[in-house]
Amino acid sequence: MEKSYIIKQISIFSENRPGRLAAIAGALREAKINIFAFSIAEADGFGVVRALVDRPEDAHRTLTDLGFRVSFTDVIGVKMRDEPGGLSDIASILGDAGINIEYAYAYSGKDAAVLILRVDQAEDAVQKILGRGGELLKASLFR
Amino acid sequence: MFWNREMETIRPDELADLQLKRLKWSLAQAQKVGLYQRKFKEAGISPDDIRTLDDVEKLPFTYKKELQAGYPFGLFAVPMKEIARLHTTSGTTGKPTVVGYTRQDLDNWSELIARNLTMIGLGEDDIFQNAVNYGLFTGGLGFHYGAEKIGATVLPSATGNTRRQIEMIEDFGVTAIHCTPSYALHLAEVAESMGKTLDTLKTGIFGAEPWSENTRAELERRLGVKAYDSYGLSEMYGPGVAFECPERDGLHLWHDCYLAEIIDPKTGERLDPGERGELVITPLVKEALPLIRYRTGDVTRLIEDGCACGRGQKIERITGRSDDMMVIRGINVFPSQIEHVLRALPEVGEQFMVYIDRVKHLDEMTIEVEMSRAGFSGELQDLARMQKKISGELHNVLGLRTAVTLVEPGTLPRFEGKAKRVIDRRGAI
Repeated sequence: MEKSYIIKQISIFSENRPGRLAAIAGALREAKINIFAFSIAEADGFGVVRALVDRPEDAHRTLTDLGFRVSFTDVIGVKMRDEPGGLSDIASILGDAGINIEYAYAYSGKDAAVLILRVDQAEDAVQKILGRGGELLKASLFR
Repeated sequence: MFWNREMETIRPDELADLQLKRLKWSLAQAQKVGLYQRKFKEAGISPDDIRTLDDVEKLPFTYKKELQAGYPFGLFAVPMKEIARLHTTSGTTGKPTVVGYTRQDLDNWSELIARNLTMIGLGEDDIFQNAVNYGLFTGGLGFHYGAEKIGATVLPSATGNTRRQIEMIEDFGVTAIHCTPSYALHLAEVAESMGKTLDTLKTGIFGAEPWSENTRAELERRLGVKAYDSYGLSEMYGPGVAFECPERDGLHLWHDCYLAEIIDPKTGERLDPGERGELVITPLVKEALPLIRYRTGDVTRLIEDGCACGRGQKIERITGRSDDMMVIRGINVFPSQIEHVLRALPEVGEQFMVYIDRVKHLDEMTIEVEMSRAGFSGELQDLARMQKKISGELHNVLGLRTAVTLVEPGTLPRFEGKAKRVIDRRGAI
């Protein structure tokens, strides 16, 4: 049951130079894939574009066919109240549960704000967050 | 001033006799090595067929890759108990070249360095700072023992800690320094920033990488030295093969120890006197590692005119390479070595590009490699780890620190025919 909350993020290797994000985003537009959230992590001369999309499998195939290096990464999405204190509530839950965050990014949508988390033991984290009254995005949203 | 006037000013006819005698001895020495037994047999020649110096053209060439194939001791002509020292150099396919020296070889080598240093006026009154890599690099110990031989006070400062190097020049009253020309420029810059004028320094000996007359003028102005070019290669002991005299119009090659030919690198034919081509050397006194017609890859010519100093025929300063060898921080690097390393790593493809720049007078090598499908886990930290692993492997093989850049697959240029994977942006020094 914890598995139903584990979302497939697509991670795309990208050089750190102008036009790379445009190339990725353009490819997803062509394939009519919607991006819910994304972030860019950068290191020495290159980076990883991380995105939550409505059709991860299609996005993976589309980008791979274009020559990009793409892989799936398991993440979880924690819903937050989109008002002052929203992040604080969730962060306390994570802290109390002893969950260590590798990286995180967030988006604020129509219904709620969502904190996307990459954690060590995803299933374990899901259990703990639910156990402390947190609310998670269902993986079924992303098909 | 001469260290060995008899040999340094030997008459041409006497030199020819001596060279022939020593060539025959070297061939007998080479006959003790399996590689040469095979090579002579294949060429249908026996050392007895060599009756004149011109007969040397009948002998087969020796290539660096043959030295590597003999790794480690396959080309030694003496038993290991007679080997007094080993040095190694980087190889073209990841395997280094091992060079061995008998006690006599070490004496021969320091004799040649002693000739060079005496030729430019150094002696027991000098304090000689040897600011090159000690250890396996032949430039360190080679100059060290030659400088001791002439009675100079030797300071084995090695490389690194430039401010300390400069303090020592000032505090110890160093009169002569040996280093690579690019390190000398760096030294000049740091000395200027420290407000040091290095007044005692009079002589600079620069080698292990090619440098121009412009750099000579700059080094002389900024360091206040007279700058001399030094040429050598590990296969021929190391530095000491040829050296500039105070005329500084070409380098005197020591013909009693090295038989030099200039050939067309494509055809292997010997070129007419004075023509520029690849230098091929047959060492005449090497015991442990005799070599026959060794292809140095260095491009030069024999200078026809005599020299006012009275020594033998000079070679022009090295103007380039007949192969794709690069010299980075004084270390020889072949693109094939890089290829070899990358091929063993599943995380990257085989395509690569090498960029060489000079940052603050020091060579920097950047290698771009393409990510392979297998190499990408999706995690940034894994990429950084991979980058570190690649540069670690390259460091192991090349002996050089390199910056590794990961690029997207399919973005590096593909070559049809001869690949041009190296972009040297350093310009001449």
